[in-house]
Amino acid sequence: MTLAEQILAAHAGRATVAPGELINVRVDVVLANDITAPIAIKEFERIGVKKVFDPQRVVMVPDHFTPNKDIASAEQAKLMREFALEQGLVYFEIGQMGIEHVLLPEQGLVLPGDVVIGADSHTCTYGALGAFATGMGSTDIASAMACGEIWMKVPATLKFVYHGRLSRWVNGKDLILHTIGDIGVDGALYSAMEFTGEAIDALTVDSRLSLANMAIEAGAKAGLFEVDAKILDYIRPRARRPFKVYSNDGLSGCAGIKEYDASKIEPQVAFPHLPSNTRGISQVGDIPIDQVIIGSCTNGRMEDLRIAAAILRGRKINPRIRCIVIPGSQEVYLESLKEGLMEIFVGAGAAVSTPTCGPCLGGHMGILAAGERCVATTNRNFVGRMGSSKSEVYLSGPAVAAASAVLGRIAGPDEIS
Amino acid sequence: MKFIGRVHKFGVNVDTDVIIPARYLNTSDPGELAKHCMEDIDKDFAGRVEKGDIIVAGTNFGCGSSREHAPLAIKAAGVSCVVAATFARIFFRNAINIGLPILECPEAVAEIEAGDELEIDLASGSVRNMTTRKDFHAKPYPEFMMELVSVGGLIEHTKRKIEKGACE
Repeated sequence: MTLAEQILAAHAGRATVAPGELINVRVDVVLANDITAPIAIKEFERIGVKKVFDPQRVVMVPDHFTPNKDIASAEQAKLMREFALEQGLVYFEIGQMGIEHVLLPEQGLVLPGDVVIGADSHTCTYGALGAFATGMGSTDIASAMACGEIWMKVPATLKFVYHGRLSRWVNGKDLILHTIGDIGVDGALYSAMEFTGEAIDALTVDSRLSLANMAIEAGAKAGLFEVDAKILDYIRPRARRPFKVYSNDGLSGCAGIKEYDASKIEPQVAFPHLPSNTRGISQVGDIPIDQVIIGSCTNGRMEDLRIAAAILRGRKINPRIRCIVIPGSQEVYLESLKEGLMEIFVGAGAAVSTPTCGPCLGGHMGILAAGERCVATTNRNFVGRMGSSKSEVYLSGPAVAAASAVLGRIAGPDEIS
Repeated sequence: MKFIGRVHKFGVNVDTDVIIPARYLNTSDPGELAKHCMEDIDKDFAGRVEKGDIIVAGTNFGCGSSREHAPLAIKAAGVSCVVAATFARIFFRNAINIGLPILECPEAVAEIEAGDELEIDLASGSVRNMTTRKDFHAKPYPEFMMELVSVGGLIEHTKRKIEKGACE
Protein backbone atom coordinates (compact mmCIF):
# COMPACT_ATOMS: atom_id res chain seq x y z
CA MET A 1 0.00 0.00 0.00
CA THR A 2 1.01 3.63 -0.52
CA LEU A 3 1.58 6.04 2.39
CA ALA A 4 -1.96 7.42 2.05
CA GLU A 5 -3.52 3.95 1.93
CA GLN A 6 -1.57 2.71 4.97
CA ILE A 7 -2.63 5.68 7.09
CA LEU A 8 -6.27 5.46 5.98
CA ALA A 9 -6.42 1.68 6.53
CA ALA A 10 -5.06 2.08 10.07
CA HIS A 11 -7.67 4.76 10.83
CA ALA A 12 -10.50 2.69 9.34
CA GLY A 13 -9.57 -0.37 11.42
CA ARG A 14 -8.81 -2.31 8.27
CA ALA A 15 -5.84 -4.39 7.14
CA THR A 16 -5.97 -2.94 3.66
CA VAL A 17 -7.87 -0.37 1.63
CA ALA A 18 -7.94 0.18 -2.12
CA PRO A 19 -8.45 3.34 -4.21
CA GLY A 20 -12.12 4.15 -4.82
CA GLU A 21 -13.39 2.43 -1.65
CA LEU A 22 -15.68 4.46 0.60
CA ILE A 23 -14.54 4.08 4.21
CA ASN A 24 -15.20 5.57 7.63
CA VAL A 25 -12.04 7.09 9.03
CA ARG A 26 -11.18 8.00 12.62
CA VAL A 27 -9.73 11.52 12.73
CA ASP A 28 -6.85 12.67 14.96
CA VAL A 29 -7.34 16.41 14.52
CA VAL A 30 -10.27 18.51 13.31
CA LEU A 31 -9.62 22.14 12.34
CA ALA A 32 -11.66 25.23 11.50
CA ASN A 33 -11.06 28.98 11.19
CA ASP A 34 -13.02 32.21 11.64
CA ILE A 35 -14.65 31.89 8.19
CA THR A 36 -15.52 28.20 8.21
CA ALA A 37 -16.16 27.60 11.94
CA PRO A 38 -19.37 29.67 12.16
CA ILE A 39 -21.16 27.35 9.68
CA ALA A 40 -19.58 24.27 11.29
CA ILE A 41 -20.80 25.38 14.74
CA LYS A 42 -24.37 26.01 13.52
CA GLU A 43 -24.44 22.60 11.84
CA PHE A 44 -22.89 20.93 14.91
CA GLU A 45 -25.68 22.39 17.04
CA ARG A 46 -28.26 20.97 14.60
CA ILE A 47 -26.90 17.47 15.21
CA GLY A 48 -28.01 17.80 18.80
CA VAL A 49 -24.98 16.50 20.72
CA LYS A 50 -23.76 18.68 23.57
CA LYS A 51 -19.99 18.10 23.44
CA VAL A 52 -17.40 17.60 20.73
CA PHE A 53 -15.88 14.10 20.57
CA ASP A 54 -12.59 15.24 22.15
CA PRO A 55 -11.90 18.93 22.86
CA GLN A 56 -8.14 18.39 22.72
CA ARG A 57 -8.46 17.26 19.11
CA VAL A 58 -10.59 20.11 17.81
CA VAL A 59 -8.56 23.19 16.91
CA MET A 60 -9.96 26.63 16.05
CA VAL A 61 -7.79 29.47 14.80
CA PRO A 62 -8.98 33.01 14.06
CA ASP A 63 -6.65 33.83 11.17
CA HIS A 64 -8.53 34.82 8.01
CA PHE A 65 -10.23 38.16 8.71
CA THR A 66 -8.32 38.84 11.91
CA PRO A 67 -7.43 41.01 13.73
CA ASN A 68 -11.11 41.66 12.99
CA LYS A 69 -11.37 43.65 9.78
CA ASP A 70 -14.96 44.81 10.21
CA ILE A 71 -18.03 44.35 12.40
CA ALA A 72 -19.36 41.31 10.53
CA SER A 73 -15.95 39.58 10.81
CA ALA A 74 -15.83 40.46 14.51
CA GLU A 75 -19.19 38.73 14.96
CA GLN A 76 -17.90 35.58 13.25
CA ALA A 77 -14.71 35.56 15.34
CA LYS A 78 -16.80 36.09 18.48
CA LEU A 79 -19.11 33.19 17.65
CA MET A 80 -16.10 30.92 17.17
CA ARG A 81 -14.32 32.16 20.33
CA GLU A 82 -17.37 31.61 22.52
CA PHE A 83 -17.92 28.09 21.20
CA ALA A 84 -14.22 27.21 21.53
CA LEU A 85 -14.01 28.45 25.11
CA GLU A 86 -17.30 26.84 26.15
CA GLN A 87 -16.26 23.49 24.69
CA GLY A 88 -12.66 23.78 25.94
CA LEU A 89 -11.18 23.41 22.45
CA VAL A 90 -7.62 24.12 21.41
CA TYR A 91 -7.90 27.82 20.58
CA PHE A 92 -5.35 30.55 19.89
CA GLU A 93 -6.30 34.17 20.55
CA ILE A 94 -4.94 37.15 18.63
CA GLY A 95 -1.42 37.68 19.97
CA GLN A 96 -0.82 33.94 20.23
CA MET A 97 -2.33 32.81 16.99
CA GLY A 98 -0.67 32.30 13.67
CA ILE A 99 -1.84 31.30 10.21
CA GLU A 100 -3.32 27.88 10.97
CA HIS A 101 -1.05 25.84 8.71
CA VAL A 102 2.06 27.55 10.06
CA LEU A 103 0.82 27.32 13.64
CA LEU A 104 -0.36 23.71 13.96
CA PRO A 105 2.91 22.03 12.90
CA GLU A 106 4.90 24.47 15.05
CA GLN A 107 2.74 23.70 18.10
CA GLY A 108 3.13 19.96 17.63
CA LEU A 109 -0.61 19.55 17.09
CA VAL A 110 -0.28 17.54 13.87
CA LEU A 111 2.00 14.53 13.78
CA PRO A 112 3.23 11.83 11.40
CA GLY A 113 0.66 9.13 10.68
CA ASP A 114 -2.28 11.35 11.70
CA VAL A 115 -5.50 11.80 9.78
CA VAL A 116 -6.26 15.52 9.90
CA ILE A 117 -9.32 17.17 8.40
CA GLY A 118 -9.71 20.92 8.27
CA ALA A 119 -12.35 23.30 7.00
CA ASP A 120 -9.64 24.97 4.97
CA SER A 121 -8.41 23.67 1.65
CA HIS A 122 -4.74 24.12 2.56
CA THR A 123 -5.02 21.57 5.35
CA CYS A 124 -3.05 19.35 2.96
CA THR A 125 0.07 21.20 4.22
CA TYR A 126 0.56 18.61 6.99
CA GLY A 127 1.38 15.93 4.43
CA ALA A 128 4.92 17.31 4.71
CA LEU A 129 5.03 15.73 8.19
CA GLY A 130 3.79 12.36 6.96
CA ALA A 131 0.15 12.92 7.94
CA PHE A 132 -2.89 12.29 5.76
CA ALA A 133 -4.37 15.76 5.86
CA THR A 134 -7.18 17.08 3.72
CA GLY A 135 -9.53 20.02 3.40
CA MET A 136 -13.29 19.65 3.72
CA GLY A 137 -16.29 21.89 4.17
CA SER A 138 -17.89 23.13 7.36
CA THR A 139 -20.63 20.49 7.45
CA ASP A 140 -18.08 17.67 7.25
CA ILE A 141 -16.23 19.33 10.12
CA ALA A 142 -19.46 19.57 12.14
CA SER A 143 -20.09 15.85 11.69
CA ALA A 144 -16.50 14.98 12.61
CA MET A 145 -16.65 17.25 15.68
CA ALA A 146 -19.63 15.20 16.85
CA CYS A 147 -18.37 11.73 15.99
CA GLY A 148 -14.59 11.84 15.66
CA GLU A 149 -14.86 10.15 12.29
CA ILE A 150 -15.69 11.00 8.69
CA TRP A 151 -16.41 9.20 5.44
CA MET A 152 -13.76 9.29 2.75
CA LYS A 153 -13.14 7.85 -0.66
CA VAL A 154 -9.68 6.27 -0.72
CA PRO A 155 -7.68 8.27 -3.26
CA ALA A 156 -5.38 6.75 -5.83
CA THR A 157 -1.75 7.76 -5.28
CA LEU A 158 0.29 9.59 -7.90
CA LYS A 159 4.02 9.64 -7.28
CA PHE A 160 6.19 12.67 -8.13
CA VAL A 161 9.93 12.05 -8.21
CA TYR A 162 12.42 14.92 -8.32
CA HIS A 163 15.92 13.87 -9.35
CA GLY A 164 19.11 15.87 -9.09
CA ARG A 165 20.15 18.96 -7.15
CA LEU A 166 18.18 22.14 -6.86
CA SER A 167 19.64 25.35 -8.24
CA ARG A 168 20.26 28.30 -5.94
CA TRP A 169 17.06 30.19 -4.93
CA VAL A 170 14.86 27.25 -5.94
CA ASN A 171 12.86 25.64 -3.15
CA GLY A 172 9.62 23.79 -2.41
CA LYS A 173 7.37 26.53 -3.80
CA ASP A 174 9.13 26.43 -7.16
CA LEU A 175 8.89 22.64 -7.35
CA ILE A 176 5.16 22.61 -6.72
CA LEU A 177 4.48 25.55 -9.09
CA HIS A 178 6.49 23.79 -11.79
CA THR A 179 4.58 20.56 -11.15
CA ILE A 180 1.15 22.25 -11.26
CA GLY A 181 2.26 23.98 -14.45
CA ASP A 182 3.00 20.55 -15.88
CA ILE A 183 -0.08 18.60 -14.75
CA GLY A 184 -2.68 21.40 -14.52
CA VAL A 185 -5.06 22.53 -11.77
CA ASP A 186 -6.93 19.23 -11.96
CA GLY A 187 -3.92 17.07 -12.82
CA ALA A 188 -4.15 15.24 -9.49
CA LEU A 189 -7.94 15.50 -9.00
CA TYR A 190 -9.19 13.23 -6.17
CA SER A 191 -5.64 11.78 -5.80
CA ALA A 192 -3.01 11.66 -3.11
CA MET A 193 0.26 13.09 -4.40
CA GLU A 194 3.41 11.52 -2.97
CA PHE A 195 6.64 13.53 -3.28
CA THR A 196 9.99 11.80 -3.33
CA GLY A 197 13.51 11.81 -4.79
CA GLU A 198 16.93 13.27 -4.12
CA ALA A 199 15.79 16.88 -4.43
CA ILE A 200 12.96 16.26 -1.96
CA ASP A 201 15.36 14.70 0.56
CA ALA A 202 17.42 17.89 0.36
CA LEU A 203 14.47 20.18 1.14
CA THR A 204 14.13 21.73 4.59
CA VAL A 205 11.01 21.10 6.67
CA ASP A 206 9.73 24.64 5.87
CA SER A 207 10.17 24.04 2.16
CA ARG A 208 8.33 20.71 2.32
CA LEU A 209 5.43 22.42 4.10
CA SER A 210 5.31 25.00 1.25
CA LEU A 211 5.28 22.23 -1.31
CA ALA A 212 2.59 20.08 0.35
CA ASN A 213 0.51 23.23 0.92
CA MET A 214 -0.24 23.57 -2.79
CA ALA A 215 -1.19 19.94 -3.55
CA ILE A 216 -4.80 21.19 -3.51
CA GLU A 217 -3.97 23.56 -6.39
CA ALA A 218 -3.51 20.44 -8.54
CA GLY A 219 -6.89 19.17 -7.30
CA ALA A 220 -5.30 16.62 -4.94
CA LYS A 221 -6.94 15.35 -1.77
CA ALA A 222 -3.59 15.17 0.01
CA GLY A 223 0.13 15.56 -0.67
CA LEU A 224 2.42 13.35 1.35
CA PHE A 225 6.12 12.94 2.10
CA GLU A 226 7.89 10.07 3.77
CA VAL A 227 9.11 10.93 7.27
CA ASP A 228 12.91 11.24 7.50
CA ALA A 229 15.41 12.38 10.12
CA LYS A 230 14.74 16.08 9.40
CA ILE A 231 11.03 15.61 10.12
CA LEU A 232 11.71 13.58 13.26
CA ASP A 233 14.10 16.26 14.54
CA TYR A 234 11.33 18.80 13.96
CA ILE A 235 8.55 16.69 15.49
CA ARG A 236 10.21 15.16 18.57
CA PRO A 237 10.59 18.31 20.68
CA ARG A 238 7.03 19.37 19.78
CA ALA A 239 4.97 16.19 20.02
CA ARG A 240 2.93 15.66 23.19
CA ARG A 241 1.29 12.41 22.16
CA PRO A 242 2.55 9.23 20.48
CA PHE A 243 2.69 9.05 16.70
CA LYS A 244 3.38 6.43 14.07
CA VAL A 245 5.73 6.70 11.13
CA TYR A 246 4.70 4.92 7.92
CA SER A 247 7.15 4.04 5.16
CA ASN A 248 6.15 3.72 1.54
CA ASP A 249 6.57 0.42 -0.26
CA GLY A 250 8.44 1.90 -3.20
CA LEU A 251 6.07 2.09 -6.13
CA SER A 252 3.58 -0.52 -5.04
CA GLY A 253 -0.03 0.54 -5.44
CA CYS A 254 0.91 3.70 -7.29
CA ALA A 255 -1.54 4.75 -10.03
CA GLY A 256 0.94 6.94 -11.87
CA ILE A 257 4.41 8.42 -11.73
CA LYS A 258 5.91 11.71 -12.90
CA GLU A 259 9.64 12.37 -12.90
CA TYR A 260 11.45 15.69 -13.01
CA ASP A 261 15.06 16.79 -13.31
CA ALA A 262 15.07 19.28 -10.44
CA SER A 263 18.40 20.76 -11.54
CA LYS A 264 16.67 22.19 -14.62
CA ILE A 265 13.92 23.94 -12.66
CA GLU A 266 14.43 27.70 -12.21
CA PRO A 267 12.49 30.01 -9.88
CA GLN A 268 8.86 29.89 -11.01
CA VAL A 269 6.12 32.48 -11.49
CA ALA A 270 2.44 31.58 -11.96
CA PHE A 271 0.72 34.18 -14.13
CA PRO A 272 -2.92 35.19 -13.69
CA HIS A 273 -5.41 33.61 -13.26
CA LEU A 274 -4.44 30.01 -12.49
CA PRO A 275 -1.63 28.48 -10.40
CA SER A 276 -0.90 26.26 -13.41
CA ASN A 277 -0.06 29.22 -15.63
CA THR A 278 3.63 28.98 -14.73
CA ARG A 279 6.82 30.17 -16.38
CA GLY A 280 10.47 30.04 -15.37
CA ILE A 281 11.71 33.46 -14.23
CA SER A 282 13.84 33.78 -17.40
CA GLN A 283 10.66 33.64 -19.49
CA VAL A 284 8.72 36.33 -17.62
CA GLY A 285 9.65 39.51 -19.52
CA ASP A 286 9.17 43.05 -18.28
CA ILE A 287 6.09 43.20 -16.06
CA PRO A 288 5.78 46.25 -13.79
CA ILE A 289 4.04 45.67 -10.45
CA ASP A 290 2.38 47.66 -7.67
CA GLN A 291 2.54 45.39 -4.63
CA VAL A 292 4.47 42.48 -3.13
CA ILE A 293 3.15 40.14 -0.42
CA ILE A 294 5.61 37.93 1.45
CA GLY A 295 3.82 35.56 3.83
CA SER A 296 0.79 33.18 3.93
CA CYS A 297 0.35 29.53 4.88
CA THR A 298 2.49 28.73 1.85
CA ASN A 299 5.52 30.95 2.50
CA GLY A 300 5.24 32.60 5.91
CA ARG A 301 7.87 30.51 7.71
CA MET A 302 11.43 31.26 8.88
CA GLU A 303 13.12 29.97 5.74
CA ASP A 304 10.94 32.22 3.59
CA LEU A 305 11.61 35.33 5.66
CA ARG A 306 15.34 34.55 5.77
CA ILE A 307 15.44 34.29 1.95
CA ALA A 308 13.52 37.56 1.57
CA ALA A 309 15.78 39.28 4.11
CA ALA A 310 18.94 38.03 2.39
CA ILE A 311 17.81 39.82 -0.76
CA LEU A 312 16.50 42.98 0.95
CA ARG A 313 19.52 43.41 3.23
CA GLY A 314 21.20 46.73 2.40
CA ARG A 315 18.66 47.48 -0.36
CA LYS A 316 15.54 49.62 -0.63
CA ILE A 317 12.16 48.61 -1.84
CA ASN A 318 11.23 50.47 -5.01
CA PRO A 319 9.40 53.62 -3.85
CA ARG A 320 6.42 52.85 -6.12
CA ILE A 321 5.93 49.43 -4.53
CA ARG A 322 3.96 48.46 -1.43
CA CYS A 323 5.82 45.52 0.06
CA ILE A 324 3.97 43.79 2.91
CA VAL A 325 5.69 41.13 5.00
CA ILE A 326 3.46 38.88 7.11
CA PRO A 327 5.17 36.40 9.45
CA GLY A 328 3.09 33.21 9.63
CA SER A 329 3.01 32.97 13.42
CA GLN A 330 4.06 34.73 16.60
CA GLU A 331 6.96 32.27 16.88
CA VAL A 332 8.11 33.22 13.37
CA TYR A 333 7.62 36.91 14.24
CA LEU A 334 9.69 36.66 17.41
CA GLU A 335 12.47 34.62 15.81
CA SER A 336 12.61 37.11 12.92
CA LEU A 337 13.02 39.92 15.44
CA LYS A 338 15.82 38.07 17.23
CA GLU A 339 17.63 37.37 13.97
CA GLY A 340 17.36 41.01 12.88
CA LEU A 341 15.14 40.23 9.90
CA MET A 342 12.48 42.72 10.95
CA GLU A 343 15.06 45.50 11.04
CA ILE A 344 16.01 44.59 7.47
CA PHE A 345 12.38 44.61 6.29
CA VAL A 346 11.47 47.89 7.96
CA GLY A 347 14.79 49.44 6.96
CA ALA A 348 14.15 48.47 3.35
CA GLY A 349 10.75 50.15 3.42
CA ALA A 350 8.44 47.17 3.88
CA ALA A 351 5.28 47.15 5.98
CA VAL A 352 5.27 44.35 8.54
CA SER A 353 1.97 42.89 9.78
CA THR A 354 0.88 40.68 12.63
CA PRO A 355 0.12 37.11 11.39
CA THR A 356 -3.02 36.94 9.23
CA CYS A 357 -4.24 35.30 6.02
CA GLY A 358 -5.42 38.84 5.17
CA PRO A 359 -4.55 39.75 1.60
CA CYS A 360 -4.07 36.19 0.31
CA LEU A 361 -7.83 35.75 -0.03
CA GLY A 362 -8.66 39.40 -0.53
CA GLY A 363 -9.68 39.89 3.10
CA HIS A 364 -7.70 42.91 4.26
CA MET A 365 -4.11 44.21 4.74
CA GLY A 366 -3.25 44.72 1.08
CA ILE A 367 -6.27 44.66 -1.24
CA LEU A 368 -5.67 45.48 -4.91
CA ALA A 369 -7.42 48.18 -6.96
CA ALA A 370 -8.53 47.62 -10.57
CA GLY A 371 -5.53 47.38 -12.88
CA GLU A 372 -3.03 46.71 -10.09
CA ARG A 373 -0.53 43.84 -10.13
CA CYS A 374 0.91 41.98 -7.17
CA VAL A 375 3.69 39.42 -6.82
CA ALA A 376 2.69 37.21 -3.90
CA THR A 377 4.18 34.21 -2.15
CA THR A 378 0.60 33.02 -1.64
CA ASN A 379 -1.13 30.06 -3.30
CA ARG A 380 -3.95 31.30 -5.55
CA ASN A 381 -4.17 33.85 -8.32
CA PHE A 382 -7.80 33.39 -9.38
CA VAL A 383 -9.82 36.35 -10.73
CA GLY A 384 -10.46 38.78 -7.86
CA ARG A 385 -8.54 36.69 -5.34
CA MET A 386 -6.71 39.68 -3.79
CA GLY A 387 -9.25 42.38 -4.47
CA SER A 388 -10.63 43.90 -7.66
CA SER A 389 -11.71 41.42 -10.33
CA LYS A 390 -9.57 43.55 -12.64
CA SER A 391 -6.38 43.11 -10.58
CA GLU A 392 -3.69 40.50 -11.16
CA VAL A 393 -1.75 38.20 -8.84
CA TYR A 394 1.52 36.53 -9.84
CA LEU A 395 2.57 33.67 -7.54
CA SER A 396 6.21 33.05 -6.68
CA GLY A 397 8.57 32.02 -3.92
CA PRO A 398 10.10 34.56 -1.52
CA ALA A 399 13.28 35.11 -3.56
CA VAL A 400 11.43 36.33 -6.65
CA ALA A 401 8.99 38.33 -4.49
CA ALA A 402 11.79 40.17 -2.66
CA ALA A 403 13.77 40.85 -5.83
CA SER A 404 10.60 42.12 -7.52
CA ALA A 405 9.95 44.49 -4.61
CA VAL A 406 13.39 46.05 -5.12
CA LEU A 407 13.17 46.37 -8.90
CA GLY A 408 9.49 47.29 -9.20
CA ARG A 409 8.89 44.58 -11.80
CA ILE A 410 8.81 40.79 -11.71
CA ALA A 411 12.46 39.84 -11.31
CA GLY A 412 14.67 36.96 -10.31
CA PRO A 413 17.07 37.22 -7.37
CA ASP A 414 20.09 36.91 -9.67
CA GLU A 415 19.19 40.21 -11.30
CA ILE A 416 20.14 42.12 -8.18
CA SER A 417 22.79 40.04 -6.46
CA MET B 1 -36.20 14.46 -7.69
CA LYS B 2 -36.88 16.13 -11.04
CA PHE B 3 -35.84 19.59 -12.13
CA ILE B 4 -36.73 21.66 -15.17
CA GLY B 5 -34.75 24.82 -15.74
CA ARG B 6 -32.92 27.10 -18.10
CA VAL B 7 -29.13 26.81 -18.52
CA HIS B 8 -26.42 29.23 -17.47
CA LYS B 9 -23.22 27.98 -19.03
CA PHE B 10 -19.70 28.45 -17.64
CA GLY B 11 -16.25 27.27 -18.72
CA VAL B 12 -13.62 25.09 -17.04
CA ASN B 13 -12.01 25.57 -13.60
CA VAL B 14 -14.78 27.77 -12.17
CA ASP B 15 -13.19 28.42 -8.77
CA THR B 16 -14.82 29.13 -5.43
CA ASP B 17 -13.35 32.66 -5.42
CA VAL B 18 -15.51 33.59 -8.40
CA ILE B 19 -18.52 31.59 -7.18
CA ILE B 20 -18.46 33.69 -4.00
CA PRO B 21 -15.58 36.16 -3.57
CA ALA B 22 -13.92 36.06 -0.13
CA ARG B 23 -14.76 39.70 0.47
CA TYR B 24 -18.32 38.54 1.15
CA LEU B 25 -17.34 35.73 3.55
CA ASN B 26 -17.84 37.90 6.61
CA THR B 27 -21.33 36.42 6.63
CA SER B 28 -22.68 32.91 6.15
CA ASP B 29 -26.26 34.06 5.49
CA PRO B 30 -27.27 32.21 2.30
CA GLY B 31 -29.52 35.02 1.05
CA GLU B 32 -26.74 37.55 1.43
CA LEU B 33 -24.21 35.24 -0.29
CA ALA B 34 -26.63 34.62 -3.18
CA LYS B 35 -26.61 38.34 -4.05
CA HIS B 36 -22.93 38.04 -5.02
CA CYS B 37 -22.93 34.59 -6.60
CA MET B 38 -20.65 34.43 -9.70
CA GLU B 39 -20.15 38.19 -9.46
CA ASP B 40 -16.53 38.24 -10.62
CA ILE B 41 -17.08 36.23 -13.83
CA ASP B 42 -20.70 37.10 -14.62
CA LYS B 43 -21.63 40.40 -13.02
CA ASP B 44 -25.36 40.12 -13.75
CA PHE B 45 -25.80 36.45 -12.79
CA ALA B 46 -27.46 37.09 -9.42
CA GLY B 47 -29.94 39.47 -11.03
CA ARG B 48 -30.66 37.22 -14.01
CA VAL B 49 -30.90 33.77 -12.43
CA GLU B 50 -34.41 32.44 -11.86
CA LYS B 51 -35.62 29.83 -9.43
CA GLY B 52 -35.00 26.37 -10.85
CA ASP B 53 -32.28 27.44 -13.33
CA ILE B 54 -29.42 25.04 -13.95
CA ILE B 55 -25.68 25.72 -14.07
CA VAL B 56 -23.73 23.77 -16.70
CA ALA B 57 -19.93 23.98 -16.62
CA GLY B 58 -16.73 22.29 -17.76
CA THR B 59 -14.13 20.35 -15.80
CA ASN B 60 -13.02 21.00 -12.20
CA PHE B 61 -16.07 23.06 -11.16
CA GLY B 62 -15.65 24.52 -7.67
CA CYS B 63 -11.87 24.25 -7.47
CA GLY B 64 -9.96 26.20 -4.83
CA SER B 65 -11.08 26.95 -1.32
CA SER B 66 -13.12 24.68 0.97
CA ARG B 67 -15.71 27.41 1.59
CA GLU B 68 -19.13 25.85 1.90
CA HIS B 69 -20.40 29.35 1.17
CA ALA B 70 -19.92 28.48 -2.54
CA PRO B 71 -22.60 25.78 -2.86
CA LEU B 72 -24.72 27.70 -0.32
CA ALA B 73 -24.61 30.80 -2.56
CA ILE B 74 -25.54 28.78 -5.65
CA LYS B 75 -28.40 27.03 -3.88
CA ALA B 76 -29.76 30.23 -2.34
CA ALA B 77 -29.58 31.97 -5.73
CA GLY B 78 -32.29 29.51 -6.79
CA VAL B 79 -30.19 27.14 -8.88
CA SER B 80 -31.79 23.69 -8.82
CA CYS B 81 -28.82 21.64 -10.04
CA VAL B 82 -25.24 21.92 -11.30
CA VAL B 83 -24.13 19.72 -14.19
CA ALA B 84 -20.37 19.72 -14.81
CA ALA B 85 -17.84 17.62 -16.70
CA THR B 86 -16.04 17.07 -13.37
CA PHE B 87 -16.15 18.65 -9.91
CA ALA B 88 -13.31 19.59 -7.58
CA ARG B 89 -13.50 17.15 -4.69
CA ILE B 90 -14.19 19.50 -1.76
CA PHE B 91 -16.98 21.22 -3.70
CA PHE B 92 -18.43 17.81 -4.53
CA ARG B 93 -18.61 16.86 -0.83
CA ASN B 94 -19.94 20.25 0.20
CA ALA B 95 -22.73 20.19 -2.39
CA ILE B 96 -23.86 16.71 -1.36
CA ASN B 97 -23.62 17.63 2.33
CA ILE B 98 -25.80 20.73 2.05
CA GLY B 99 -28.26 19.25 -0.44
CA LEU B 100 -27.32 21.03 -3.67
CA PRO B 101 -27.95 18.47 -6.42
CA ILE B 102 -24.96 18.00 -8.74
CA LEU B 103 -24.28 15.66 -11.64
CA GLU B 104 -21.12 14.75 -13.55
CA CYS B 105 -21.85 14.39 -17.25
CA PRO B 106 -19.13 15.52 -19.70
CA GLU B 107 -21.17 14.44 -22.75
CA ALA B 108 -24.09 16.66 -21.77
CA VAL B 109 -21.82 19.62 -21.02
CA ALA B 110 -20.34 19.45 -24.53
CA GLU B 111 -23.77 19.58 -26.16
CA ILE B 112 -25.64 22.07 -24.00
CA GLU B 113 -25.73 25.81 -24.70
CA ALA B 114 -26.67 28.77 -22.53
CA GLY B 115 -30.42 29.28 -22.59
CA ASP B 116 -31.29 25.64 -23.37
CA GLU B 117 -34.02 24.12 -21.24
CA LEU B 118 -33.11 20.92 -19.38
CA GLU B 119 -35.10 18.27 -17.59
CA ILE B 120 -33.07 16.37 -15.00
CA ASP B 121 -33.99 13.26 -13.06
CA LEU B 122 -31.54 12.97 -10.19
CA ALA B 123 -32.36 9.37 -9.26
CA SER B 124 -31.75 7.95 -12.72
CA GLY B 125 -29.10 10.53 -13.69
CA SER B 126 -30.95 11.37 -16.89
CA VAL B 127 -30.34 14.79 -18.43
CA ARG B 128 -32.73 15.75 -21.26
CA ASN B 129 -32.05 18.81 -23.36
CA MET B 130 -35.64 19.85 -24.16
CA THR B 131 -34.42 22.54 -26.56
CA THR B 132 -32.43 20.16 -28.79
CA ARG B 133 -34.28 16.94 -27.82
CA LYS B 134 -31.07 15.16 -26.87
CA ASP B 135 -30.74 12.75 -23.93
CA PHE B 136 -27.69 12.15 -21.76
CA HIS B 137 -26.90 9.96 -18.78
CA ALA B 138 -24.83 11.16 -15.83
CA LYS B 139 -22.77 8.88 -13.62
CA PRO B 140 -25.11 7.60 -10.89
CA TYR B 141 -24.15 8.39 -7.29
CA PRO B 142 -22.51 5.58 -5.32
CA GLU B 143 -24.98 3.91 -2.96
CA PHE B 144 -23.62 5.60 0.17
CA MET B 145 -23.94 9.06 -1.37
CA MET B 146 -27.47 8.36 -2.58
CA GLU B 147 -28.26 7.45 1.03
CA LEU B 148 -26.77 10.78 2.21
CA VAL B 149 -28.86 12.69 -0.33
CA SER B 150 -32.05 10.78 0.41
CA VAL B 151 -31.92 11.39 4.18
CA GLY B 152 -31.39 15.12 3.52
CA GLY B 153 -27.65 15.61 3.83
CA LEU B 154 -24.78 14.81 6.17
CA ILE B 155 -26.22 16.39 9.32
CA GLU B 156 -29.36 14.24 9.15
CA HIS B 157 -27.18 11.23 8.39
CA THR B 158 -24.96 11.97 11.40
CA LYS B 159 -28.02 12.39 13.65
CA ARG B 160 -29.26 8.94 12.65
CA LYS B 161 -25.82 7.45 13.18
CA ILE B 162 -25.75 8.87 16.70
CA GLU B 163 -29.30 7.65 17.43
CA LYS B 164 -28.23 4.16 16.38
CA GLY B 165 -25.26 4.42 18.75
CA ALA B 166 -22.89 3.96 15.83
CA CYS B 167 -20.65 6.77 17.02
CA GLU B 168 -19.27 7.15 20.53
